[in-house]
This record gives sequence, structure tokens and C-alpha cells, in this order.
Amino acid sequence: MATNLAQGAAPGASFSIGRILLQGRAFFALIAIIAIFSLLSPYYLTTNNLMTMSSHVAIFGLLALGMLLVVLDGGIDLSVGSTLGLSGVVAGFLMQGVTLPAFGIVLYPPVWVVVVLCVALGAAVGLVNGVLIARFKVPAFVATLGVMYMVRGFALLMTNGLTYNDLGGKTELGNTGFDWLGFNRLGSVPVGVVVFALAALVMSLFLNRSAFGRWLYAAGGNERAAELSGVPVKRVQITVYVFSGICAALGGLILSSQLTSAGPTAGTTYELTAIAAVVVGGAALTGGRGNVRGTLLGAFVIGFLSDGLVIIGVSSYWQTVFTGAVIVLAVLLNAVQYRRRAKKPAISGGQPAPLNPTGTHLPTTPA
Amino acid sequence: MSAALKMDVSANDTILSARDVTKTYGNTRALKGVDFEIRRGSVTTLFGENGAGKSTLMKILSGVETPTSGHIELDGQPVVFASSNDARDHGISIIHQELSLAPNLSVRDNIFMGREIRGPRGVDFAEEARQARQLMKDLGQDVDPSTKVDDLRLGQQQIVEIARALSVDSRILIMDEPTSALSATEVDVLFGVIHDLTSRGVAIVYISHHLEEALHITDYAVVLRDGAITAKADAKDIDLEWIVRHMVGENFDLGTPPDGYEFGAPVLSIEDLTVIDPARGTMPVVDRLSLDVRAGEIVCLYGLMGAGRTEMLECVAGRVPVAGGVVRLDGRDMSGLSIGQRIAAGLALVPEDRQRDGLVQTMTVGRNLSLASIRQFVERLFLSSPREKTLIDDSIRDVFIKTAGGEAMIGALSGGNQQKVVIGKMLATNPRAIVLDEPSRGIDIGAKAEVFRILAERARQGLAVLYSTSEVSECLSIAHRIIVLRRGRIVAQFGPDATKDAIMEASGEAVLTENAAA
Repeated sequence: MATNLAQGAAPGASFSIGRILLQGRAFFALIAIIAIFSLLSPYYLTTNNLMTMSSHVAIFGLLALGMLLVVLDGGIDLSVGSTLGLSGVVAGFLMQGVTLPAFGIVLYPPVWVVVVLCVALGAAVGLVNGVLIARFKVPAFVATLGVMYMVRGFALLMTNGLTYNDLGGKTELGNTGFDWLGFNRLGSVPVGVVVFALAALVMSLFLNRSAFGRWLYAAGGNERAAELSGVPVKRVQITVYVFSGICAALGGLILSSQLTSAGPTAGTTYELTAIAAVVVGGAALTGGRGNVRGTLLGAFVIGFLSDGLVIIGVSSYWQTVFTGAVIVLAVLLNAVQYRRRAKKPAISGGQPAPLNPTGTHLPTTPA
Repeated sequence: MSAALKMDVSANDTILSARDVTKTYGNTRALKGVDFEIRRGSVTTLFGENGAGKSTLMKILSGVETPTSGHIELDGQPVVFASSNDARDHGISIIHQELSLAPNLSVRDNIFMGREIRGPRGVDFAEEARQARQLMKDLGQDVDPSTKVDDLRLGQQQIVEIARALSVDSRILIMDEPTSALSATEVDVLFGVIHDLTSRGVAIVYISHHLEEALHITDYAVVLRDGAITAKADAKDIDLEWIVRHMVGENFDLGTPPDGYEFGAPVLSIEDLTVIDPARGTMPVVDRLSLDVRAGEIVCLYGLMGAGRTEMLECVAGRVPVAGGVVRLDGRDMSGLSIGQRIAAGLALVPEDRQRDGLVQTMTVGRNLSLASIRQFVERLFLSSPREKTLIDDSIRDVFIKTAGGEAMIGALSGGNQQKVVIGKMLATNPRAIVLDEPSRGIDIGAKAEVFRILAERARQGLAVLYSTSEVSECLSIAHRIIVLRRGRIVAQFGPDATKDAIMEASGEAVLTENAAA
């Protein structure tokens, strides 16, 4: 990575083990988690369990991938958990058959149509977010907070708060196979995990190799400079929210397939887990820094930790405490890493850096 | 420089002095062994061009920055200021060029920010309001102390800033461009206050670009150039010409206009361009301005702060909306085109503030360089690494960037090299015309010369170049034509044989402010 070179220039003797640990912290944390839980439970490190845990990770890992794009652009998307829920409910609704009273018929769309419609729905939610933020200048936090409530509300309205239980479809109607996403395995790998891995691969390619990826990193790092370099910053901004919505919809499909049911409250607070995974993976919420590899590690750290705690029988209340501690620690380490980078003589030139406008008038305790 | 004059100053008259002060930022030496004295009950004015080190020296004297070497003496005793608050406790206040007010708070709250008057039940707002009203009245502004600063005119905000500095009974008051936002009457009032303060023994340090205005108010003049003091004198012994001579100095060779070829057709045509700054209401900051730049021609835009240079250039580049008029490139109307489309058409802007608008600090040197021309090396869906690398390596070589390579982080470069990255980024788009807003701002003299050499070379190859500057010595370098801007209009045009005095006079810099004779 290019950053290594810059860090080599940083003064200080901490270029040894400390630096390596800091750089690869998410990776080492994952190794440590696996090692510790393997010691505590013989069941933890079995292929079967690893696959089960991975299929859990796949759900909010997908959300985290979408969130990574948004965070790289310096934004945030709180609506993904609700979008996941709505996507599942819409899938459930379509699988039950759509009654068209005007024609007196019931439509049973095939599974691939259901998938396409749900993904399109996720993209539409993302588009609403993106347009609100890019065109109407609504702060991302507020825009996606509002959309989060609205989308959740629609999901509840559609089912009247109830859950669609039978998503199996019927052979005679030709709409079976919905459980394939959540239950089947390719080799020994669950399909959900395969989808997650593919999404990560495609996203990684786009971030590193396409013009869009470069635009995204530039717009997140310094929007004004990117704009003046001809980067279509608004288009980039809208696109990342659309991608985030698509990822959430995919997550909703996999989750409801795993559960063979779709409830309107599915995915509640998942947006926070996704943000946590992105942050644990080393991305900066200020934008411009982060990558797919880190986010994957972050998602696995959080998933493997909480599942491990379940397996060794720790109270779910303690799980919450542990997860929170991991997030705080991750952000703390991010701060250490980025501060170190900023310490270099970044701003040099005849003009000193502009004075902090309030710098001279910080509140003091009068003597 | 041996121009320093001996002055008969008794030592006990000096209240604050800098002794052999040096300040280094990264690779740049902003101050080079400066000796500077401030005298009780008098006004000392510091003259110098942008980047000469005036603000840096003031920041050191007021405790905002610490000197790299040398020290400060207060009443003859060496002191070290831990912070600006520490300096303020020693009776030193500074009024910054940029306003440092909280616009969401009231006049009263701003004046007493950080030094609230405590009463038996929390802050004594009534007493604060009474004092704030009195202070503002003394400065000729009878405003309600509970008015939000946001609701005041810019000039009035400046007065609040001054009132805050006065509220602490300073012994030494540093004013960095205090009049730039004031109307003529407000300047009069300010000068009255300055007289009043000096008669009470307060020492004033004054910095202004309005030379005659400053000469009028000052007792002592000190001239700073490239981080060193070039001259000191009693105000009564000197005139405007003396100041300009010592400010500008002998020319460092910033190049000459490239010659030996004919200009081509007009590439960049600006017609009746009008720009309105929404922050300043309906007054146009650029007023029906027309200008042609031909292929191979280098045009320099000179003007004081607020003359409309930045607004005009940003409007040409598509950053700021046009209120009226047309911008054409090779005869093609640019209206309605995005910044990206203008770059693709061949019109590139190098912005004024490279940290804020020019660089993406989270990316490497190479990725910054290739950012504006990404479309050139997209193959099908993906970027072509070899082609990007070629472009980056070519750019680094073409604009002489001193770097470990394209993989280095942008923050590791010096200011001059960062500026060359911004320029190189736009030149890599193969523009037909390039507009540069203060391309030499905040970089050292060697880098300046290199930047101008790069531009001259590109002009020779047919590029139309339009650059702005606020340093008159930079007008007389590579420009074929010098255009002086004042209040959004072209007030004069010169050839490369113009004199500095003529340019400065046209810009309003060396013209006595009509009402300054208070």
C-alpha cells in the first residue's frame, strides 16, 4: 500500500512490532478471537460452525460493504437496517402471491423476479437518500434517519406488523427455490456467504481499479478539490447511497431465506452493526480512508466475537458490553493511526496554516 | 540588506521586542533572524508584501506561534508565551486579519468570550452588556449588545473584533489589516481610537496594504521582505516611494515574457462577465468585465483583496454561477457546462487555496496528479495502471516535483512542490487555456520562479495563461499584459514594461484614502 511509504517517513522509533500491530489490528484481533474461543470451546473451530458463523456475518457484512462506500464519501446511511427489513417483507409478500382483484387473478412471480424487484426497491430507497443529500443538501445523518423511519413504517404497514411465514413457494406454481439463497451450499459454503464474497470482490475491483473508485476516494478526501478537478461529486454521492440500498436489499433476501420467514422488524439496529464493522475495519468516518479488506475483517471480528460469546454461554447482556468495547477500542486506534500521519510536516510553505478562528479566544479560567 | 536606519530610541521606550527571531515551517524559512521593537505610546507599522512574514512575526509576538530560534523581550526581560491567552495576560492583544468571532453569538458574548464577568449568580450579563455598549459606542457603533454578530455588516463585525481587543486593557495592540472591511467613516473612527490609545501609552502595531493610509497613522515604519527586515525609519523621514522601494526590493528574476512567436487566435474570451457574491448581497463583485486571452499569451490579473480576482476566475472555471455575460473557449459558449465538462473542453483552473481546494490529502502524489485526467486512461471499465503510471511520471518530471515518487503521500511535500502538483494535475489534462488564482501564494521564491518558468514554457507551446497575483513584482515577470482590477472592474492595462508604482497606483493601493486625513 502507498501509505506504508508515508509512514516510513514519520519520525519516531515505533516502526517495529507496535506499528505492525497497529496496521494489522483488525486481522490480529480476528486471529486472537478465533484462538481464544477455540481454547474455550472444542466446537468453535469446526468447519460447520465456521460456516454457520460466516452466514451470519454475510448478512450485516453486506450492509457493511454498502456502508463502506457511503463512509468513504464522508457520509452515513442509517436506513440500511430498515431497507433490509422492507426487502424481506416485499419478498414475502410477492411469494404469497399478488392478488389483482380487477382481473380476478393471483400472480405468483418466479423467484428471480422477486429478487430483481427487491434489489430495485433497495436501489430506489438509496436513490431517495442520495437525492435528498446531494441535491437538497440535507445532512446525511438526518436524511437517512428520516428514511429509516419511513421505510420501517412501510414494512410494518404492509404486514400490519405480522410476519410472512411460508416462503417456500409451490412446485405447481413454479416459484420454489427461495430458500436456495439461505439454505443451500455450494460445496460446503452457504450461498449467502458466496453472494457476500462476490459482492466484496466486485466492490474491491471497483474501488481499486475503476474511475468511479478513484472519484469516490477523492470526493471523500476533499470534496472541493475533487469537484475542481472535474469529479462529478454529486453523481458519486448519489451512486454510493444507491449501492448501499442494493446491498441492504440483498441482505434482506438472504436473511428471510435463511429464516424462511419475513418479519417487518428484521434488521433493526443492523445499520449500527454495519457502521461498527466499517469502523473496526479502519475506515475514517470523515471520508477518504478505508478499504474492502478492512471492512471484511471488521465484519468477521464482530460476528465471530458475538457468536463465540453465545457458544461459550456468556450472557447476552455481556455480549453487548463486549461488542461496544471493541468498537470504542477500534475508533481509539483509528485516531492514533491517523493522528500519527497528520504529525508529519504536512503543511509547509511561506504561509502558515490558517489560524484556528477561535484559537486566540479559547475559554480560560480567569486567574 | 544594509538599508536599516539608525534611530535614536532610548531603550526604556521599547516595551516589546523580538530578538533574532527565526521561524521555519517545514522546508520554508518564514522569518530569518528578525529584530523588531515596539514602542510605548506610538504606532509602529510593518510593511511588506504577502508572504514577507508579517503575519508570522505578529503571531510570534502574540503567542500564537513560538519562534524556531531567537526570543522575545517584554520590558527588557526575556519572556516565553505559552499561548495567546498567556500573551493576553501580559497585556498583548491581536486583531486578526480573518475575523475570529462566533457568528451565532451576540456582540456582548463575543466581546467577553472566554473572560466572562462572574457575578454572584453565574455570569453578570447586565454588566457585560453595559461595558459592551460603551466599548462599541467609543468605536462609533451604537449597536445593541444582544445583536447577533451574524446580523451585523462585515465592517461592524470588524469593530466588534476591535472592541474585544480593547476590552482587556491591552498595553500592546496588534492590528493585522484592521481596515480591509471598513468604510471610510469607520476608518476615521478607528484612527481616532488609535490616537486616543497611544496618548494613553498603549503601543500599537499596525499592518495594512493601504500604504498611504498606514503611513498617515504611523510613527515608525519597518519593512519586511522575504522574512528579513530590510529597513526601519521614523515616519516623518520617509515617503511612499521609500516604502515601495524597500518592500519590493531589487527584482529576483521571476522570468521574462516568452517571446519570438506570434500569438494565435483568442482562446479564452470573457464578455461582460458579472458575478454576484450572495454573501455580500446584490452588489456585483465582478462588474461587466471583458477580456480576451490569445493562444500563447500570458495575462496577469492584479488587484487588492476584494477586487474580484478570485470570484472572476472561479466563475470562468464554472465554480461560481454567472450573473451575466458569457465565457467562451475557442468560440464555444461555456455556459451551463460543469467543471468536468470545461476541463474536458480544455479550460482548467488552479485554485487559490491549495490545501482547501487543490489537494486531496488522503491520496498519494501520483493519484492527486492523475485525478483530473482519469478519463484519459480508462480502458473499458477499468483504469490502465501502466498508462496512469506514465502520466504520473511524466507530470513529476515536467513540473519538477521533488518527491520520492508517485507513491509518496501528498502531505510529505513542501508547499512549493504541493503547488506544483496542483498545477501539474491541471496541465496533465492538456488544456487550451489555464487560469491560475495566485499560483505563487505561500511558496518560496525559488519555487515561484519555477512555477513561472513552467507557465512560460507552456505558453510558448500555445497555451493561453491567465493568472492572478497580489504581489506587484509578480506582475512584472512572465506576463505579456497586466490587467489591474479594482472593485470588479478593469481600471488599467499595462505591457511588460510597466512600473511598479503605476500598477500599485491603479489598483488603489497607493492612493490616499479620501477620508484618512482625520
